[in-house]
Amino acid sequence: MLQLPCPYCGPRDELEFSCGGEAHISRPLANNKISDAAFGEYLFLRDNPKGVFLERWRHASGCRRWFNVARDTVSHDILEVYAMGSKPRRTAGKKAYNNSWRRTTAAEAAAVNK
Amino acid sequence: MVASDIDRGHGALNDKKKRYSAFALARNAASYHQDWQRAWRKASPKASYDAVIIGGGGHGLATAYYLASVHGMKNIAVIEKGWIGGGNTGRNTTIIRSNYLWDESASIYEHALKLWEGLAQDLNFNIMFSQRGVLTIAHSDHELKEMSRRVHAIRLNGIDSDVMSPAEIKKFVPCINIDQSIRYPVMGGFVQQRGGTARHDAVAWGYARAADDMGVDIIQNCEVTGLRRKGRKIIGIDTNMGFIKTNKVGCVVAGHSSVMADMAGIHLPLASRPLQALVSEPIKPILDTVIMSNAVHMYISQSDKGEMVLGAGVDKYNSYAQRGSFPVPEHMIAAAVELFPFMSRLRMLRHWGGIVDTCPDASPILSKTDIDGLYFNCGWGTGGFKATPGSGHVFADLIANDRPNKIAAPYALSRFETGFLIDEHGAAGVAH
Repeated sequence: MLQLPCPYCGPRDELEFSCGGEAHISRPLANNKISDAAFGEYLFLRDNPKGVFLERWRHASGCRRWFNVARDTVSHDILEVYAMGSKPRRTAGKKAYNNSWRRTTAAEAAAVNK
Repeated sequence: MVASDIDRGHGALNDKKKRYSAFALARNAASYHQDWQRAWRKASPKASYDAVIIGGGGHGLATAYYLASVHGMKNIAVIEKGWIGGGNTGRNTTIIRSNYLWDESASIYEHALKLWEGLAQDLNFNIMFSQRGVLTIAHSDHELKEMSRRVHAIRLNGIDSDVMSPAEIKKFVPCINIDQSIRYPVMGGFVQQRGGTARHDAVAWGYARAADDMGVDIIQNCEVTGLRRKGRKIIGIDTNMGFIKTNKVGCVVAGHSSVMADMAGIHLPLASRPLQALVSEPIKPILDTVIMSNAVHMYISQSDKGEMVLGAGVDKYNSYAQRGSFPVPEHMIAAAVELFPFMSRLRMLRHWGGIVDTCPDASPILSKTDIDGLYFNCGWGTGGFKATPGSGHVFADLIANDRPNKIAAPYALSRFETGFLIDEHGAAGVAH
């Protein structure tokens, strides 16, 4: 059982949260210009690391707010919790962010907020 | 009922002395069962193979068996990090059925079911295949209507499927609670009588023994550390037992598929999630079929040992830890107790988790990749066991001929580019 530290409400039981999957995926706004393969990458391909994973969680039965979590998928250790729209600051999270193949995809390049 | 249009393979265990039979039992009784031959050799890797299958679970071993027995490729190896059948093959709830909605799914799961029927004879191994029926229950009017529609779609594909009323369900499963006053009452259901269960370990052992007999090397405790390429071609694999040269690599590693894909520099649309199951203490026979429920979310059967075997859906977060969170078993036990009130007095005996590779459309991937000679068989998610023989049969054909056959073609990776998904989220009998 996970205990997640909600940045707004404090540590709470996993039952109160819903998991939103991989964080930091930007929608390619120029989607009429990118290929079907690149759009498929945005829509379906997901990072699935054995190790540090950057994911979104929502405190569904609490404050209902979203936040990001850097979590180890082997030990289930929660390494960092950080706000939506920001990037991880600690070493493990930073490394996971920079090393993810997603940073170099065409869909990410076509996202307006990059 | 064995379909004649499937090439079921041949060439394994032709030596009568090696075959299991009543005579073999009597012969070995005379020597106090001290002289039984090993079921498979303890192989160490050769320098090179015509093909290497990574992953010694049911699907991987079946692939190797059909490569050898149908396609005559005998200079091949199965590489397994742990021991064969120790992953999801030994962790699932052993349910077999082919009552899927879409034509593509009907085609592959029915292919598998036809291979299950007669597999014990093919492998000369008692896999304890029991066609005890699989009954899926509806708990609302809407669900029942959707089920009837599903039943018609399934029957159009020539697969047996029947709607049942609550009274018929009570007759079929006397220990079920059909009281209409409970929170999720039994409103009806649909049954596939040809569905059932098999002994999961025996499936791995049976395939391993038959493949080994044809010369396939089954190499355990051998972990793949890298895939070697020359340009866009596979030339071999690096393992903790050294480099193995090969031009064809089939990855059948379930929850670790993304890890293998990473080594190859390709990406898959998979999420690795824990799927949990549990068994009660053994009791006398009470449930002689398989019950599934989508709305209250669990599936249950009774093993030959007498344990009630329960499973449900995946945990909600990615994990490689082979364990899940407590709310999932709590939920499945609550559902089981409402449908089978007698179960409230049973104690839980064992509880475990396995890591399944879930796909966005809840259908598997059987595909070539951008790299020549690298093939993936993954994405079976929560429902891979039932497909074991079909998956291996079709994947062996893909590897041997370097092109997908009619059954495999819709399961190519390209569907995530074209959008031709095979959405089976509703067909699992339980939600994903």
